[in-house]
Amino acid sequence: MKKIAILGITSAIALEVARLYAKNGASLLIAGRDEQKLSLLKKDLTVFGASDVSSYAIDFAYLENHTSFVEWLWSQGELDCVLIAYGILGNQEDCEKKCELALEVLHVNFISVVSLLHRISQKMITQKSGNIAVISSVAGDRGRQSNFYYGASKGALNIFLQGLRNKLHPHGISVLTIKPGFVDTPMTAHLKKGFLFAASASVAKGIYRAIEKRKDQVYLPVFWGFIMFVIRIVPEKIFKKLKL
Amino acid sequence: MSYDSWGRNYQSTHLIHPIFWKNNIIYPSGPETLLPYGMGRSYGDVCQNPEEWLLPTRGLNRFIHFDREQGVLACEAGVSFDEILSLIVPKGYFLPVTPGTKFVTVGGAIANDIHGKNHHQKGTFGCYVTQFELLRSDGQLLLCSPDENAHLFKATIGGLGLTGLITWAEFKLQKIKGPLIDCETIPFRGLHSFFNLSEESKDYEYTVAWIDSLSLDLHGVFFRGNHAQEKQSLQISKKNLAIPFNFPSWVLNKHLVRCFNTSYSWIHSRRKKHLVSYEPFFYPLDRILNWNKIYGKKGFFQYQCLIPKKDAFNILSEILKLIAKSGLASFLSVLKEFGNISSPGLMSFPREGTTLAMDFSNYDQKTLDLFNELDQIVSSVHGRVYPAKDAHMSSVSFQNFFPEWKEFINFVDPRFSSGFWRRVTGGGL
Repeated sequence: MKKIAILGITSAIALEVARLYAKNGASLLIAGRDEQKLSLLKKDLTVFGASDVSSYAIDFAYLENHTSFVEWLWSQGELDCVLIAYGILGNQEDCEKKCELALEVLHVNFISVVSLLHRISQKMITQKSGNIAVISSVAGDRGRQSNFYYGASKGALNIFLQGLRNKLHPHGISVLTIKPGFVDTPMTAHLKKGFLFAASASVAKGIYRAIEKRKDQVYLPVFWGFIMFVIRIVPEKIFKKLKL
Repeated sequence: MSYDSWGRNYQSTHLIHPIFWKNNIIYPSGPETLLPYGMGRSYGDVCQNPEEWLLPTRGLNRFIHFDREQGVLACEAGVSFDEILSLIVPKGYFLPVTPGTKFVTVGGAIANDIHGKNHHQKGTFGCYVTQFELLRSDGQLLLCSPDENAHLFKATIGGLGLTGLITWAEFKLQKIKGPLIDCETIPFRGLHSFFNLSEESKDYEYTVAWIDSLSLDLHGVFFRGNHAQEKQSLQISKKNLAIPFNFPSWVLNKHLVRCFNTSYSWIHSRRKKHLVSYEPFFYPLDRILNWNKIYGKKGFFQYQCLIPKKDAFNILSEILKLIAKSGLASFLSVLKEFGNISSPGLMSFPREGTTLAMDFSNYDQKTLDLFNELDQIVSSVHGRVYPAKDAHMSSVSFQNFFPEWKEFINFVDPRFSSGFWRRVTGGGL
């Protein structure tokens, strides 16, 4: 029986991943900000077949909560996998107007994840096994005028995860960077949906498979790997003139 | 994400306020009315609220409780039948009643009090609902069941989403041995044979007939089946075909429909018995996502009426002749005998008798004229037309079909409305 921790369970993608593990009878530790939502999700995952679900209400933006949270994660024995799924999109225009908002995006999406992974990787090194999966974004592959605060936070995260993967590899711990494209979730509810939007359930399946195969990095849906390849090779001289 | 109706027979713009969490729903402020929107599988304007608010409910997609001993399931209103089936079928349960598509939400199933191929034995979905929660626009959160807020319970089942937002519901499931259906297909000719076959198939859990709407002598195929006793399942392809764009309107012409109907009759030209998976039996069209796009930009209509038992034969003969003569109908034409199990729903569509459902390409006035003619015939024998499929009926017809509407308006939430509701109540009340 697997034991999986999911941080930011109220994200639509995270819930779908949790359901896939629940179907296989996994034991789940779920964390999110809102106690009421956690209790709804606990029931849902139990219906899906989770052998056990425990929850922890926490706002990850407050770094001082991290130590006790990670202690709680390991209080019931070793973990097979930790999936970090929380994040904020932020609004580019607002971020440009107000520096605090821009820094908040960086703080939540990058700084707080580093703070958690610092502690989590130590625990995993001690148990000599495990799997760390983090939901990043294709937006971190190249800075674009339309959302570069979000993009920068995810780009920094990608580099951090690369290093961490390198560092943890000898310890038998794998680190997965997940780069979803547009996904139809509450985070993108306000956006007009084109054909590039994927359903959260299908992205979740991709995440589940990538975790189980202990992959290093995955674009979801996979065609985003191609799109981002093209976007990365455009010379900066040209790229800076584009309206992306 | 588009917020069309399935028939796509008219374009409207909406204000959109998606709902995600049932315990902190805040309705948008302002004077515009509200209407819950699930998966948009109703054909006309019962799921449309032009220029005003739609409340997409698919975000309410959590399960709450699954009692595997008693076969009772509780979930939020935006959960789809598709999601329910993939959870319960492996555990030996099935939906008590299902329509011809699994892409409907629980909220939508209640609001339209949907029926299926087992109506003659089981009645409507509403018969199996044990309780639900309703959020009214004044902020009242009401638990509704046959014992508590019983009037609202009855008004909401078949209430077309007008009595408030259903946040979650609990309903009974039926036990099955496995995912297969023991199915028999019988070709037939003439309306008489349909009634005879329906009569002799009363003990089958599921019955339905497909008919060739273009044939004057009425030939068709009768399907009947039971949940099989076998435990095993059949390998079925999970791949879906998607129609990526609107077909040009000339594609779907009379000749193509004739070809389709002839080949469909030919495939089923011999009586046969076989085991099939439940998906192709109940949901043959779900394999083709967006099949509604084959009707092109102008969309299409479905006409579904119910003719009470005593007049069923004569009236249906008349109606079918009229439709065959018009040559306007398309390939999906279905006949089904309803039973006498009454639903708790005040405005529920099914009654004892025979129902006919037919798709029609949108030929504007020509099609609507035919519908008006049909409405008059249906009305003359106290039959009715199904609001979930409707995009045309006049307020006079509606009020004839559903005399209960006068009682129903007492339970309509003052801030809830729909394109359909404004049409059939003549704008103001």
